Amino acid sequence: MRLKSILSLLPLLFSLPAGTALAEAYPSTYSPQPSTATLITHATILTGTGERLDDASLLMADGKITFVGKGDVPQDVTTIDASGKWVTPGLIDVHSHLGVYASPGVKAHSDGNEMTNPATPNVWAEHSIWPQDPGFSRALAGGITSLQVLPGSGNLIGGRGVTLKNVYGNTYQSMKFPGAPYGMKMACGENPKRVYGDRKQMPSTRMGNMATYRAQWIAAQRYIDDWTAYDKQVANRKTNSGDDAKAEPKAPKRDLKLETLAGVLKGEILVHMHCYRADEMMTILDMADEFGYKVTAFHHGVEAYKIADKLAENNVCGALWADWWGFKMEAYDGIQENIAIVDRPEGSCAIVHSDSSEGIQRLNQEAAKAMTRGKLAGMDIPPERAIRWLTSNAAKALGIDDMTGSLAAGKMADVVIWNSNPFSVYAQAGQVFIDGALVYDRDNPDFQPVSDFELGQLQGISK
Amino acid sequence: MKALKTLLIASLTLFTLAAQAQTIMIRGATVHTMGKAGTLENTDVFITAGKIQKVGQNLPVPQDVLVFNADGKPLTPGFFAGITAIGITEVSAVQGTNDSSLGLQEMRPEFNVTLAYNPNTSLIPVTRMEGFTFTLLGAGSKGSLFGGQGRMVEFNGGYSSFIGSTVLFINVGQDASSLSGSSRAGQWMLLNQAMLEADKLPAAGETRLLTRAGRSTLSGYVKHPMKTIFNVDRASDILQVLRFAKSHGLSPVISGGAEAWMVAKELADANVPVVLNPLANLPGNFDTLGSRLDNAALLDAAGVTIAFSGAGSHNARKQRQMAGNAVSYGLPHEAGIAALTSNPAHIFGSAIDQGTIRRGKSANLVLWSGDPLEVTSVAERVIINGKLIPMESRQTKLRDRYLPQNPAMPRAYIKP
Repeated sequence: MRLKSILSLLPLLFSLPAGTALAEAYPSTYSPQPSTATLITHATILTGTGERLDDASLLMADGKITFVGKGDVPQDVTTIDASGKWVTPGLIDVHSHLGVYASPGVKAHSDGNEMTNPATPNVWAEHSIWPQDPGFSRALAGGITSLQVLPGSGNLIGGRGVTLKNVYGNTYQSMKFPGAPYGMKMACGENPKRVYGDRKQMPSTRMGNMATYRAQWIAAQRYIDDWTAYDKQVANRKTNSGDDAKAEPKAPKRDLKLETLAGVLKGEILVHMHCYRADEMMTILDMADEFGYKVTAFHHGVEAYKIADKLAENNVCGALWADWWGFKMEAYDGIQENIAIVDRPEGSCAIVHSDSSEGIQRLNQEAAKAMTRGKLAGMDIPPERAIRWLTSNAAKALGIDDMTGSLAAGKMADVVIWNSNPFSVYAQAGQVFIDGALVYDRDNPDFQPVSDFELGQLQGISK
Repeated sequence: MKALKTLLIASLTLFTLAAQAQTIMIRGATVHTMGKAGTLENTDVFITAGKIQKVGQNLPVPQDVLVFNADGKPLTPGFFAGITAIGITEVSAVQGTNDSSLGLQEMRPEFNVTLAYNPNTSLIPVTRMEGFTFTLLGAGSKGSLFGGQGRMVEFNGGYSSFIGSTVLFINVGQDASSLSGSSRAGQWMLLNQAMLEADKLPAAGETRLLTRAGRSTLSGYVKHPMKTIFNVDRASDILQVLRFAKSHGLSPVISGGAEAWMVAKELADANVPVVLNPLANLPGNFDTLGSRLDNAALLDAAGVTIAFSGAGSHNARKQRQMAGNAVSYGLPHEAGIAALTSNPAHIFGSAIDQGTIRRGKSANLVLWSGDPLEVTSVAERVIINGKLIPMESRQTKLRDRYLPQNPAMPRAYIKP
């Protein structure tokens, strides 16, 4: 714990040159689509913060939400009468492989797992993203406005994830969520030890997994120390400006792997950890204490219900499925009440995630299933609470909750109008707005994007 | 602890009911018969000796009958779990528990997965308590065009609860196998040769694809109503299946069928059913460029008989949600239920056992809390072969072990 508190001061005391360089690399070129001020009236609004407003209005202007609630609203703007409809924040999927495992899933598109070394914090998912993945358009029709694209789970440390606005562009940079912190994907358990164990390489066991992570963190601590020492030397040299004879300090060699890990230790990069078993999640939390970093979210967490209290106590989100189970040993104890039980403690952060190009299209249905199972088990979860699982809680895990994930004045106008209560198999996203711009309209083909790949396919087939 | 105790009592009660209940009256249900009688409001169903004895309004209630008041809730036939490995898998990644696929790199249509069936799998309680009463065991073979044979099975826990006839699986399309020269044309060349071998023993010394057992198996499907299921997606390949099946006297079913809507008329004219996943809407490969969410609706409108599959074995319960989405994209609601009940039962020759609610039939019924295709509804009562099944599984027991907060003893002592 002592180590943790010392390290947590580091970002305040020193700024690493390497870290500075990273902040500017591969910058976002995203700019919102043109929009006109739009007023949505007579809607049932789930704010994403736990509130439900009936027969309420929402005003968007200049890409931002400017008003949510009841009361006088301006008359001179484009108005959508949403009587009988529901309005929610744009949905956010914290776990997607769109772009890195794009459709069609041919070998040439298999860009999500750099399985040549069990620790590859140096790879960045964004460098694998194919912006023409048709999956982005399907997710949009399901109300997804932001998503984190992660590397796969073949490695212990899979690399950096990136948060995107769900808009089509020619480059991933034009989709990159401005100001969103990076994520780093890590994986527990069976996948890494299988991939490398099958090659008679370390890790082939769970203890091998742990030893390998720990060696990485030790190297990252050393890297921070080296840069800290260097910064001190530079500072000293400046102060003692008269001492010309003193040699110019030699900068440590830049290391892409350690740069990412150092970013985690400094709290600038958020850890998203694929982990199924309860005991393993607890071991990982001990490791985070050992090295003074934070696990932002456990992903998949099929056994998260066994440690729901601990997750809440440690302020760790659980990004979960409604009902997947049984595909491997560590997924054998899956139950349909997992999300509801993780949601139960005070201070919890339950998230519905997809990890699937199909699931991302209907996160609302996954949440509805979890709500239903919770209710049957005595946890009555109203829609205004459940919507947090796929909006504000997800935004929190991505470090973007001050910008999106809820409907409040000043937030990005990422908004979905549903044709009915979204917690239903029959609900469909009618209109989707990103930064106040209409980017999807179910009733208007002019507002339905088509990727380059799909354009012109199956000529002559009447659809 | 109090909550736990209540749960324990509830599950004990159900268990007792399951063991004893042989005579059941369901009163006042909205009965989706999935037959000519259509949907009957406020209707009673009387079950005894494993059969549906009466369906009607205001039936007299005999003594010592277990009565459930449905209060207008939907009663449907038990649902079809799809083409799965339920009973021939336990954990997908644990090789020793998986028996649905033959590893030999040979053409072995005689491979029959029913020999591996284990009714004691944890997947059956998990699946049936969600309203699913039967599945079709699928067969696959690595590298071969012939997947092997499967058969329908009921989730009543019996060791040989098979219904209907065996079916044969054949794989064609982009997964051009290592044993087909990696070409679709090679697939048809070899399939034709196999059919000729089944018809007439090759001369001594001539290249053979099949064993004696394989020839015998294959010839059994010729000019016989037993179905041959072709796993195929691309429209042009589906048309090849229709030609091939016709020329060799096979009775085909299309499984997958992502582009089936493009040849819906041909399928309807040939009276060939399609088993599909209604959620498939991405071009997962170049055979499925035409994937779309209204595939089911378009096929149904064209008169093609459809059934649903594709949720896998462990999460087969997702079939309901899949059907609900098909309805959301234009399939009539009743057709959505049919694709999970009467249609699969009819397609695979087990209509006598499953798929409809009718007097004299085996009682496979589900009473739902609401619309059976809605994700917020659940199965409240499930009856298989006239017996109420316990509404519990390994998963509900894990739930009940972990629901209590701060138990005094380690949870290993909580045994719901």
